[in-house]
Amino acid sequence: MEALKQKAKELLQKGDVKAVLGYAVGTGNVRRPHFARTPEQVDRLVLDEKCTQNLATYLTKHEVKHLGKVAVVALPATQRALLQLVAERQLRDDAICLLAMDGTEVKVLPSGAAVEQHLALKTDAMPTADKAMIEKLMAMTREQRWAYWQQELSRCVKCYACRNSCPMCYCEHCTMDCNRPQWVPVASHALGNLEYHMVRAMHLAGRCVECGECGRACPVGIPVHLLTFFAEESTAKQFGQRAGHSTKLDYALSTFKPDDKETFIR
Amino acid sequence: MTEKNIYLPYLMRITQITEESPAVKTFRLEFVDEVAAQNFNFKTGQFGLYSAFGEGESTFCIASSPTRKGYIECTFREVGRVTAALADKEVGDIVGFRGPYGNVFPLEAWKGKNLVFIAGGIALPPLRSVIWNCLDLRDWFKDITVVYGARSVADLVYKHELKEWNERTDINLVTTVDPGGETPDWTGKVGFVPPVVEQLGLSAENTVAIVCGPPIMIKLTLPVLEKLGFAPDQIFTTLENRMKCGLGKCGRCNTGSSYVCKDGPVYTLAQLNELPAEY
Amino acid sequence: MADTFKLTHENLDGLFAVLRKDGRRVLAPVDADGRTELNDVEKPGQVSKSYIQTIMSAKDVVFPKVERLLSYTTEPGSVELHDAEPHALPTVLFGVRPCEAKAFGALDAVFNWDYRDKFFNARLEKMAVIGVSCTKADDACFCTSVGGGPADTKGSDILLTPIDGGYLAEVLTDKGKAIQALAPQLFTPGNGVDKAMIAAKLEQAFDQPALTAKLPGMFENKLWEGQSLRCIGCGACAYVCPTCVCFDIQEEADPKQGQRLRCWDSCGFSMFTLHASGHNPRETQSARWRQRIYHKFSTYPERYQMLGCVGCGKCTRACPVDMNLREHLVEAANA
Repeated sequence: MEALKQKAKELLQKGDVKAVLGYAVGTGNVRRPHFARTPEQVDRLVLDEKCTQNLATYLTKHEVKHLGKVAVVALPATQRALLQLVAERQLRDDAICLLAMDGTEVKVLPSGAAVEQHLALKTDAMPTADKAMIEKLMAMTREQRWAYWQQELSRCVKCYACRNSCPMCYCEHCTMDCNRPQWVPVASHALGNLEYHMVRAMHLAGRCVECGECGRACPVGIPVHLLTFFAEESTAKQFGQRAGHSTKLDYALSTFKPDDKETFIR
Repeated sequence: MTEKNIYLPYLMRITQITEESPAVKTFRLEFVDEVAAQNFNFKTGQFGLYSAFGEGESTFCIASSPTRKGYIECTFREVGRVTAALADKEVGDIVGFRGPYGNVFPLEAWKGKNLVFIAGGIALPPLRSVIWNCLDLRDWFKDITVVYGARSVADLVYKHELKEWNERTDINLVTTVDPGGETPDWTGKVGFVPPVVEQLGLSAENTVAIVCGPPIMIKLTLPVLEKLGFAPDQIFTTLENRMKCGLGKCGRCNTGSSYVCKDGPVYTLAQLNELPAEY
Repeated sequence: MADTFKLTHENLDGLFAVLRKDGRRVLAPVDADGRTELNDVEKPGQVSKSYIQTIMSAKDVVFPKVERLLSYTTEPGSVELHDAEPHALPTVLFGVRPCEAKAFGALDAVFNWDYRDKFFNARLEKMAVIGVSCTKADDACFCTSVGGGPADTKGSDILLTPIDGGYLAEVLTDKGKAIQALAPQLFTPGNGVDKAMIAAKLEQAFDQPALTAKLPGMFENKLWEGQSLRCIGCGACAYVCPTCVCFDIQEEADPKQGQRLRCWDSCGFSMFTLHASGHNPRETQSARWRQRIYHKFSTYPERYQMLGCVGCGKCTRACPVDMNLREHLVEAANA
């Protein structure tokens, strides 16, 4: 921890970055995202197993871009999101400055290539509980699964915490906010909720870095991350590539290759 | 006790459509219901929410004068879902109207004064209501001057009325278009509104100025008026914050603690100076 | 002065039965998969034993997340409008906390300060609140800083405070008396317990009147930018909030018919104030965060002579990035 603070202070003092984005202790000992712009703020940084938020979400926000270069204390999921954002040309490679822990040592990862290399050392499989839940859902009949999601999504109030916490939901104008045409009803009724979550899951197929932040962000505990996880897994199976593993990744669902098994485009 | 549904609009029939400029139209609307027509009253400065059934509601001022009875008019530019649907309507079609909402221009307080109206582009409609109202009460006021600018000759709205005002001797109309926006037969001025106002050599004494236009025009015109000696309480404008209800409830039109739908849309510069610049 | 009685656990069972027999649904905090939700219950035994707060507020009883305001049918050249009537069910809210009970007053202020909103009023009329005092608070709570308290009676029709064997019952309003009158024998004489001894102790965190007085002068303070930097601009805080009342009006239609719906909205969304022209009076998240604070702590007192915040802390608990309102208010008060 001290090494991390040391490194953060060093980066700030040298002027390499304008802020260090990490985690701090919050209400009732939860962890919260924390922007450190002064040495005193750096002293509040913590990093432990309670830190969960995917901080890559912040890097595409106007207010954060406005700060200048930001170093990010990056969990593996944050690293994957960073790679995917570079692949989708939302971040420049030279905007990357990640602080990753390697044992007790702090590593500065200054480029996509460095992140790729560092990530390759780790395996960060989907949490067992999520995997089990997806298996359970897939073992259900179509009707049972429909009933399950109807029940879960009935609690949705469309606060968009799932969308806004997602590092890959960076669109300036989300389809949900478009009204010409009004693709999806704004109202949080059964149809509006269902269409929203279906559209979001489809939009994340081949792009979801499986951090699970959307599910954690949901104030009413809907496991919406299972939808995007499933979409990502299906894409991985069918196209043989995963989001968040390389800065050079073509979006599976909008890239045509001559050896694609579907022939409809020809 | 059953209460009234404050969200129910009046049904209005479109009886006349005027194409003002590219993408800008004026509708004349008459009440479908006779009783509603008889009971309806508004004052100049007020606004309403106009519905295109199937698409929703949009907020604009009432652009006609309350002295002209039996109808209201609105002028709008096609920019979004509702205005696009309105623009597709034809004479005879039905639209909705909720209102009148908001405060008014204090015509009583302006009695005996000179009036200077300054408008830019699509912001003439709110002033058109008050200009006609003042012309219909012509002996209440001294000199009436209108400065109206648009990007180009094609962008000027109410062309017939501009012609009429130009011909009248009891109103001094100055029109201007941005450099490059003039046509070979253009007889008005060429230049932006603020310098045109400055060149007029207006006296601030016993005069009120009513300014409506795009933010940049307002921003550059205010210093000119101050230079001419206008005090903040002699300058009026209208705010056009986004609203959904018009009833002081939906929570989005406020600037500081002032609800534009209730306390506005008419403000003096003195009042605006007390509010945060959230408009 | 309220009439004070004792309501034993057995008699509460009886009261629930009587209320349901009277045709009212009883909504109460229920434990569901680790969350506390407000659900329809039949017996007190179903009510959560350990909750501090439900996640969502009870506001949807009077201000549903989607409400039909009107409908219409259209034909070429004609439109037929249909008024909408709220489908208001007789409802008893059991076990909401005093902070939340008080919040209905803040909603009422907006819905009725000028034009009267019949949808809200029809629902409010059919709702009664049996609040339950708090015996514990958490790090998100700050009711005592905003004029409330863990055993505050305001907003409850009957307030219950847990005591040995049941509850101390304060019957506070006509609606409360009407409930008592359904089964007066269930309410036994009180025993003079001092509820202040039982209620949670929560220290005042900041001086609210002083904060309200200084806010108009703090509009341009850098504080708001710093506080809002981690805000992700979602609507979780507003949607769980018992006093947040901002709404959108949405149209849903096909070529022949349509309806107008009132839907919850949030000042934290970037689209909230966006003009059709593209201009946005609250362009940044800090401007939107500031609006949230100012609306509750400056605009509300100025316009309605009350606060737009009851200190329940639901926003803090629901926030994915732990925007702690109490902490931010303390910071503003000390700025």
